[in-house]
Amino acid sequence: MPDPFDSILYQYVYCTLSSTDDVACVGSGLFGGGLLPGGLEWLAYVLTAVTIVAVLINAILGGVLMMIWGERRLLGRFQGRTGPNRWGPFGLLTPIADAVKTMFKEDVMPTVSDRLVFTAAPILMLFPALLIYAVLPFGAGTWLADINVALLFIIAIGGANVLAIVAAALGSGNRYAMFSAMRSVAMLISYEIPLVISLIGVLMLSGSLSLVAIVNAQTLPFFIVQPLGFFVFLVASMAELNRTPFDVAEAESEIVAGYMTDYSSMKFGLFFLSEFAATIATSGVITAVFLGGWHGFDPIPSQIWFIGKMVAVLAVIVWIRASWPRLRIDQIMNFAWKALFELTLINLVVSGILLLIWPSPSTTELWYMAGINWVVFLASIYIFGKVLGPKHDPVKAGNIQPDVTLSDSDAPALPTGGGD
Amino acid sequence: MPLKTEPITINVGPQHPSTHGVFRMRVTFDGEEVIDVEPIFGYLHRGSEKLAESRTYTQIVTLTDRMDYVASMTSNLSFILSVEKLSGIDPSPRGVWLRMIAAELQRIASHLVATGFFLQDLGTLGTPLIYMMRERETILELFERLCGARITNSYMRPGGVFMDAPDDFWPALDRFLADMPHRIDEYEDLISGNEIVAVRCDGVAVVDSQTLIDASITGPMLRASGIDWDLRNRQPYEYYDRVKFNRPLATASDNYARYIVRIHEMRESLGIIKQCLEQIEPGPVRPESVPFLIRPPAGDSYVGTESPKGELGFYLVSDGGVAPYRCKVRAPSLINLTLLREMLIGDKLADLFVTFGSIDINMGEVDR
Amino acid sequence: MIYGFGLAKGMGVTLKALVGPSFTVQYPDRRVGIMGAAKAAGISTPSLLFKHPIKALRAVLGFEHIAVMPTQSSRFRGNDFTWYEDRCTGCASCAKYCPLGIIKIVTLPGGINMQEGESYAIETFDIDTGRCMFCALCVEACPYDALHMGSEFERSNYVRMDLVLTKEDLIAAPKHPSTWFRPQMEEAGYSPFAEALEDMKKAGRHETPTVDELTQTWVKDRRTDEVVED
Repeated sequence: MPDPFDSILYQYVYCTLSSTDDVACVGSGLFGGGLLPGGLEWLAYVLTAVTIVAVLINAILGGVLMMIWGERRLLGRFQGRTGPNRWGPFGLLTPIADAVKTMFKEDVMPTVSDRLVFTAAPILMLFPALLIYAVLPFGAGTWLADINVALLFIIAIGGANVLAIVAAALGSGNRYAMFSAMRSVAMLISYEIPLVISLIGVLMLSGSLSLVAIVNAQTLPFFIVQPLGFFVFLVASMAELNRTPFDVAEAESEIVAGYMTDYSSMKFGLFFLSEFAATIATSGVITAVFLGGWHGFDPIPSQIWFIGKMVAVLAVIVWIRASWPRLRIDQIMNFAWKALFELTLINLVVSGILLLIWPSPSTTELWYMAGINWVVFLASIYIFGKVLGPKHDPVKAGNIQPDVTLSDSDAPALPTGGGD
Repeated sequence: MPLKTEPITINVGPQHPSTHGVFRMRVTFDGEEVIDVEPIFGYLHRGSEKLAESRTYTQIVTLTDRMDYVASMTSNLSFILSVEKLSGIDPSPRGVWLRMIAAELQRIASHLVATGFFLQDLGTLGTPLIYMMRERETILELFERLCGARITNSYMRPGGVFMDAPDDFWPALDRFLADMPHRIDEYEDLISGNEIVAVRCDGVAVVDSQTLIDASITGPMLRASGIDWDLRNRQPYEYYDRVKFNRPLATASDNYARYIVRIHEMRESLGIIKQCLEQIEPGPVRPESVPFLIRPPAGDSYVGTESPKGELGFYLVSDGGVAPYRCKVRAPSLINLTLLREMLIGDKLADLFVTFGSIDINMGEVDR
Repeated sequence: MIYGFGLAKGMGVTLKALVGPSFTVQYPDRRVGIMGAAKAAGISTPSLLFKHPIKALRAVLGFEHIAVMPTQSSRFRGNDFTWYEDRCTGCASCAKYCPLGIIKIVTLPGGINMQEGESYAIETFDIDTGRCMFCALCVEACPYDALHMGSEFERSNYVRMDLVLTKEDLIAAPKHPSTWFRPQMEEAGYSPFAEALEDMKKAGRHETPTVDELTQTWVKDRRTDEVVED
């Protein structure tokens, strides 16, 4: 088992509280340590855990508020607008105003709803999103828990939110919500498979399921070594998150707001919160697994590196949201089963062969692998695009004939009548 | 043993984000697939045709503003042409050129709205829509300079327009004409080559041209099926026979074709405005002989005009009084809607609204 | 066509918008950064930093704002009316041409001991702008250029009755007539946003007659008329 003292967070708080003479505590902790009298080490353990969890949850809420602001602001700029700028400097207090407004709205419950399920669904939705943060390494030595099956844990937890969506749909008894739930379930079943298989290449390279071990193994960020895996993981996690172009579960122009149609007030707020929390968590996973985690160059602290990379991933997600339309549900299914699934299999085979050649790769050998993988990536994307993409160029297929002019018109005789 | 399934019926609208107004469809779904559609309209009925019978001809202009409220200039134009024919008024040349400029600007604005909301229905989160609203805003500002209002223009009067364009209108129009082609290129970069738009729109809601003709559908929807039918060319009204313009046609007759035809028509409208600017000459904008209170001789008249949505015409019957005896509107929005059921059945839920958006209707004109 | 190229091109367009200027028009005030604040104050950015450090800090934090004037054209048909009582004869052409019939005019009835011109003195001139659609046909119909569209648009209200413009409101309101259907104002280069037009003579389309001309007309009218009985 990993030592909890690996986590600087844990060590710092624990050593501040407890008056233990553990060697790990020498020279660390605030106030010289020992706030609690001797013999209360168990209380220090408990208080440490409570403190860290409280800090983390509040940090997540703060992060969600920041992301709401950032997304609205970025979307505004991508669309050529200014974005929210009225309340507070640069509109930074806008999400707080949003939150206050959401809390004070009337909590409407439809008469046909199932009270228990209807109320439980938002809470169910929030838990998986928060749990992912437990295993995220935010910096060198900054994590809550370094469990050795962290990736498995994330995958297992990440699929649980669809239960909440189905509960919300069943509970609210709305047909738009039902459509949304069915789409979510279908998407979960399809996209969970490429999501998992795309990670196997990384696992083979790092040899561990622990996120800390994976980050440590990335002397070269894995998105360079595993472009195909990175691409599939990014696409599949965007589908899991219901982000554009896969946002069919809450497609506002089709099924109003999907499973959230009947929700109002803080129940709606919880859905909103958990959706953003899940997005941030997934960007954290992408950062840890593919972007080299907290690694960077020195004067900047590792935590800043991690958060900076996360923000970059989020910005790309928002950028895509601002630029692309939405796919149809059957096309999303086709894409998962006909493209992503095969791409992951290709990635798996190629990575396996490369690992047979270089069993424990050094950085130079990782570069060789990256070169081969990029060739495979570009070639397979090209081939799959040719096979599965639009069959013909729509610009040409539209058959615009701009050369038809008045002079060479062969207009048939005008219909008589019509008021003449 | 087969799974027991049953169809779901949903009332889409009248309050729904994508029904472009107060329109209601009673849709029956088999899973995601549409198996029946029943369009229900009339929620915005204001009785414009009946109201027109108790108003003078000048006052009816304000009613036409409110029929197709995203293209009120062309509504004005259609009504005015019918009144002029009814009462034998010969319009002033400068007034006619101004009316053509206003109508073509309005066509661009209307196509911008149509394409923008069509792409909004595709799920683009407003980006193309907001870009297009930006250019529409420029056009509306031009209208404000012309006639003091942005939407409900009431710009045209029997015999011409109510007042000449102000001096600051012409440089602003030149700036717009110089800027707009780049903007259209920008939309094409953003949307026309986009693979997601291609897979969503290609081959969806295809209607063959004979069905369209049988249902008397006009406008970009008909031209997207390869039928060269543009009233500006077929029955030239105003001075459309003095300008040269291309008529973009598409043959696919699917949602993409309807989109691309509108994009190309915007470019053609820009060309028409440029030719109008070359040919317009100083002079009165309305003949002095036209009285404020028109009493046309007894009779009837109809002039079909090419509004952005299709053939728009006002059938007016006069009994010699100050108000028409009967006013009937041939509204393209309503008639283009008649094929909705045939276009939608068999498609997916997501294509329901895309197809609906590609028809480009306006509930103010459907319900009148 | 390379698959995915169109998607990338679309993202390029949005990226261009990201770095480009925003077209949002902020009203009634506009948030400015430090450079905008310096420009608004008419000094250079470093001198703003040294002379008004608090203002500069507020600008950096995004609290500094400057007022924005509306950019309507002078023909803009505002949500109110400008009316010159001295020009109005109470002929009620405007009431007749209003499609909605929302203009109410009551002139004094004829009687004994009337002063000259008083038989058309206006007792009531109500415009119910709550039902008005601002088509401005009344302005077009006015033969004496007494009624003009206004330029105001911030007229939201809690009481519906307050939207009815009475004679007193119209007299008391500042005169910012729109140049809609008033070519003489456009020729004079009048802008409703720059100045008020309190002088009723300038609002009309007719040339101002001299005293001699007025006397001539008076005498001529008296001659051609039949016997005038009071």
